Amino acid sequence: ERQRQPPRPSQPPLLPAAAPLRFPLVPNGRPAHQSAGCLPKSEDTQQQIIRETFHLVSKRDENVCNFLEGGLLIGGSDNKLIYRHYATLYFVFCVDSSESELGILDLIQVFVETLDKCFENVCELDLIFHVDKVHNILAEMVMGGMVLETNMNEIVTQIDAQNKLEKSEAGLAGAPARAVSAVKNMNLPEIPRNINIGDISIKVPNLPSFK
Amino acid sequence: MSDIVEKTLTALPGLFLQHQAAGGSGVPRVSVSSRLGSLIRSITALTSKHEEEKLIQQELASLKATVAAPNTTLRLMKECMVRLIYCEMLGYESSFGYIHAIKLAQQGNLLEKRVGYLAVSLFLHENHELLLLLVNTVVKDLQSTNLVEVCMALTIVSQIFPREMIPAVLPLIEDKLQHSKEIIRRKAVQALYKFHLIAPNQVQHIHVKFRKALCDRDVGVMAASLHIYLRMIKENPSAYKDLTGSFVTILKQVVGGKLPVDFNYHSVPAPWLQIQLLRILGLLGKDDPRTSELTYDVLDESLRRAELSHNITYAILFECVHTIYTIYPKPELLEKAARCIGKFVLSPKINLKYLGLKALTYVIQQDPNLALQHQMTIIECLDHPDPIIKRETLELLYRITNAQNVSVIVQKMLEYLQQSKEEYIIISLVGKIAELAEKYAPGNEWFIQTMNAVFSVGGDVMHPDIPNNFLRLLAEGFDDENEDKQLRLYAVQSYLSLLEIENALYPQRFLQVMSWVLGEYSYLLDKGTPEIIITKLYRLLINKSTTSETKAWIMAAVTKLTSQTHSSKTVEKLIQEFSVSLDTCMRQHAFELKHLQENVELMKSLLPVDKSCEDLVVDASLSFLDGFVAEGLDQGAAPYKPHHQRQEEKLSQGKVLNFEPYGLSFSSTMSSSGCTGRQSPAGISLSSDVSGNSAETGQKETNSLKLEGVKKLWGKEGYLPKKENKAGSSPELQPIAQDSTLVENVDQMIMKKDQSQALHHSEEEAEKQRLASTLFVGLGSESAVSLLGKTDTVSHKFRRKSKINDTKNREVTSTHNINCSSFSPLSNAPYEDNDHLNSFQDKEDIGLKKCSLGSEFLESGLKSESLTELHLVENFSACSLSPPSLFEDNSMEIFHPPHPTLSSFANEISLTSSLLEELNEHVHSDLVELCNNEMLKVSSCKIWKDDCLLLVWLIVNKSSLELKNMNLEITSTENFKILEHPGFCFPVIEAESTKSIQHHVQMEKLFTEEDLSGCVKYKVEEDPYIQLEFSITLSLLDFIRPMKICTEDFGKLWLSFANDVKQNIKISDSQANLPFALKTLQQKLRLHIVDIIGNEGILACHLLPSVPCLLHLRAHEGMAALWFRSSCSTLPDYLLYQCQKVMEES
Repeated sequence: ERQRQPPRPSQPPLLPAAAPLRFPLVPNGRPAHQSAGCLPKSEDTQQQIIRETFHLVSKRDENVCNFLEGGLLIGGSDNKLIYRHYATLYFVFCVDSSESELGILDLIQVFVETLDKCFENVCELDLIFHVDKVHNILAEMVMGGMVLETNMNEIVTQIDAQNKLEKSEAGLAGAPARAVSAVKNMNLPEIPRNINIGDISIKVPNLPSFK
Repeated sequence: MSDIVEKTLTALPGLFLQHQAAGGSGVPRVSVSSRLGSLIRSITALTSKHEEEKLIQQELASLKATVAAPNTTLRLMKECMVRLIYCEMLGYESSFGYIHAIKLAQQGNLLEKRVGYLAVSLFLHENHELLLLLVNTVVKDLQSTNLVEVCMALTIVSQIFPREMIPAVLPLIEDKLQHSKEIIRRKAVQALYKFHLIAPNQVQHIHVKFRKALCDRDVGVMAASLHIYLRMIKENPSAYKDLTGSFVTILKQVVGGKLPVDFNYHSVPAPWLQIQLLRILGLLGKDDPRTSELTYDVLDESLRRAELSHNITYAILFECVHTIYTIYPKPELLEKAARCIGKFVLSPKINLKYLGLKALTYVIQQDPNLALQHQMTIIECLDHPDPIIKRETLELLYRITNAQNVSVIVQKMLEYLQQSKEEYIIISLVGKIAELAEKYAPGNEWFIQTMNAVFSVGGDVMHPDIPNNFLRLLAEGFDDENEDKQLRLYAVQSYLSLLEIENALYPQRFLQVMSWVLGEYSYLLDKGTPEIIITKLYRLLINKSTTSETKAWIMAAVTKLTSQTHSSKTVEKLIQEFSVSLDTCMRQHAFELKHLQENVELMKSLLPVDKSCEDLVVDASLSFLDGFVAEGLDQGAAPYKPHHQRQEEKLSQGKVLNFEPYGLSFSSTMSSSGCTGRQSPAGISLSSDVSGNSAETGQKETNSLKLEGVKKLWGKEGYLPKKENKAGSSPELQPIAQDSTLVENVDQMIMKKDQSQALHHSEEEAEKQRLASTLFVGLGSESAVSLLGKTDTVSHKFRRKSKINDTKNREVTSTHNINCSSFSPLSNAPYEDNDHLNSFQDKEDIGLKKCSLGSEFLESGLKSESLTELHLVENFSACSLSPPSLFEDNSMEIFHPPHPTLSSFANEISLTSSLLEELNEHVHSDLVELCNNEMLKVSSCKIWKDDCLLLVWLIVNKSSLELKNMNLEITSTENFKILEHPGFCFPVIEAESTKSIQHHVQMEKLFTEEDLSGCVKYKVEEDPYIQLEFSITLSLLDFIRPMKICTEDFGKLWLSFANDVKQNIKISDSQANLPFALKTLQQKLRLHIVDIIGNEGILACHLLPSVPCLLHLRAHEGMAALWFRSSCSTLPDYLLYQCQKVMEES
């Protein structure tokens, strides 16, 4: 969400229209190794952006602000880097001027708290070994460069449901996994939003309600 | 339900098979997942980048083999994808896996599909061709009954989707807006937002549905729709004013805590939603008192409710403040907002301080006093250890800069600049400094020194406009000649002292600026002969770090200086050294200098002192070579053929079997004519003896040679030293704003206050106070604050003079020497109906800005002069009635019915009934008065007969006396042939009567425009002869007539012509319509449209008496390819020029 700039037709190919530019997670030490990215495209540019971002962010002191004005690489003065530092991890979002800086700072907080809930006491290694899951969690919060969901419970609900799906697939190794998962997943969105994580797996009776 | 079961059942066999395959491959899940783990572990254990590379390449190789193997299961594939994602993340290209990611998304079960989609969204970019393969999968998943699949499809759509395939999924996604599950509706809205971003037109019809989403009972869906609204309102606020009430209601409910607790974040209700709504309200209420009225309450409420308990409430507060200052102001709210800003600025939290500065920067435009309140904080921020804070502070200072505090602020900026390494910061800051310096410079020394700093620091990364503007400012000067001189002199002195310094390295751009200034203005130095400067420049020239572009600048400067000196050893040395240089450009320059130096007189006239602002005249047609070419032709040389024609001929020679009798048979189709063009025998028998030199290249240049600003010294042909005589110019006086009195009062108050406080503070504090008083001087008085975007109201210290003004006052007499192309600019047309002296001057002004094309046929300076004189004699009111003509001075109205203005001449015309008949029979121009005195008036009119141009002269005796021995003589020139005897004599013209004379004119030599002049002589009683001179401008178009032929004849003729000219020209949108473009040509150039085939058109015309010319025009993507052929070698060039002119004008 905050991450991306709305596409501007005049923009150079560097930042293709509406491509969410998000690069959370730049742990210390070896930037390229542990940063995840869905960056503007050309491979070289991506790597350069990650390196430069890491370079900028990692040399910041503790007592400075969490905003960095973008260089040419991330598209000029309209774009900002907003980062938060957790122990060995940096979470960096790149946003354009249509986002509230403080809002993004708290969005990072929501993201991290969500990670913490999903991984049960998240640590650096979780993020490295489960890159795909981290991406999925982020995709629940931010879709196409726009904040979709900031409600932690809702996100966790969605992710939990997916995890169960995975476990069930693993557990039913010999069974027609696809059929099982299809049925199980039907319920996912059934959860009323104002109820904290419900018992999802029993909600099968609702099935007929949609075509 | 039943179809699900059915689906499940059909899927079962496949799933079993799949599982068997997986079992068969014998890769247990555990070992698969540990592969990524072990890969990561081994990578982190490595110590060098090189080892990592090796390891990853190994990994990629094995992955490549695995994904390509036919028996790889989807589950294994999923695992491979995760590893590929990891490798890509590290920056290693793994494109071989892209197609497999798409396949995985297509075939996998839910989990595998998810990984497949994720890999696709990470690997591919918006325009990747493989993305098309994903469309089917997305369509299928959107139709799935499985919600998770639908969600995944919607997610990928909102991440990347090919624009051209939107129609394929749009209906499906629209349906999802009515879905019973809110998560689906939410994601569908998000996907539509994405479509709105990449192809707004395609979702225009569903704007109603967005409104429905806005009213959705689920808060999440409503919130998602706000993204779309924010975007649309940003683009066009007025279209959504009616929604203001709804947004206000929603915000009220959110602020009032009506949402489920679930939406609270740190007990603040839905903060991100609030921020979004505040932004929307700000956009809606901007400059709109009525809409703003609606929002005041809720803004007040928001401010009140936002208790400062957490970061996120600051985010809301900040947004509130922003909105309050954006919408139509309400004093109480502004006051509260100002207090809020205070909280930000004074906060010890650095993030809030940053935002406080940002808010100040924003509101300073409305409320400069706010900056005064916080001046001490601002000063502290200037020395803040965080460069980001510093920069934001400078941005704030930049906006409060005025003539009094400019030097302090620029000083601070330069200090920051010196510590900064980032290119991006340097570029933006250098631009700001240059702008401030130019606007508010307190003095010459300061200005030059500041600019020196800018050039030294900005070096070669700064925007090229900065040095260009600087040089332009120096060259054009400003209001006071003396000031100009001092500024230039100071610049010269400071550059000389900079060059004094041994081993100093300056950026190339700076060296270029120096060399130009030294070349132009070092004559202002009293002492110091050019020799000294040349020596300095020479030293630069032989410096190894000087680039060849800079060397060219330096050479130009040396050349200019050489013309001011007599002989210089350094120059000799330089010539010697560089005439053997390996750099061909330098060698060329050296030779030019050498030759110029041999003819001091020529050199001086070519390089006059201080004439850099004069426009250059370039004879782009190289007409001065005409004599040489004609001589060559006389001696039997072959006429010049352009490159493409030669190539074509070569091609056609290749096809040897093309014998004559068959040649014509396939000539009727345009497409084949291009390659079958053969040299015709007519190619040699030129119907005109003028040069065969093609003006094609020259004409191309007329579009690009706009010599504005910095003088262009070097052109394609090398040095372009020709200059015009300078005409006197009287600069406008630009009073410098004297708004400082008011300001000073305020300043004094502030300073007094400051001083009284300062007593209690330490030395350091006092220092800060002093800084504050210098920084904020001039603030607090509206008039003194210069705001970005309002800068025009502030008078600039160095105000650029517009070129028009500069040239406006040129004396008309000087136009004699200026071969300006007054026929070229369209902008002349409006002046046509105004025959006051001014209009001619204006015309000259515009003309002067253009480069003339071939002075040979452009003696328009002369023409204007004579016309001006004529019009000085009497204000000829009738003329002013005639509408702007496309052909300017000749006032042609082609293919128009007899013009109403003619009625004013009716009395005269009625006297010559035969003329009247003739006028009505043929197309003709308006009657133009040529000369006039108290006794007599001569006017003339062109009649474009089909076979000739007829000039009719009307001589009116206005007096009550008889005029005797009236003689009219036309001066014969080589350009025209008058068929009758060029002189005519009326023994007597009675009082108040009119006589007419007709001349048939033929063109002898091609020209674009040429004057036909003559005189009338008469006697009154026995007095001596009185003589009146006149002239009329004839244009090539006066002699062009449509040639009515059929397509087949056109084809034959086309092949028989050897002289051709091709050119691509840009056409405007309106002309993209081919028939319209052709119509334009038909009307304005009198070409006959032979045929239109698709996007190609063919036209034909002939030059009187009978020189045909054919045109083939092809319109393609905003370009028109013009292709002329004629039996005359030069006619195509002239016509091409006319076409370009017409196309540009329309």
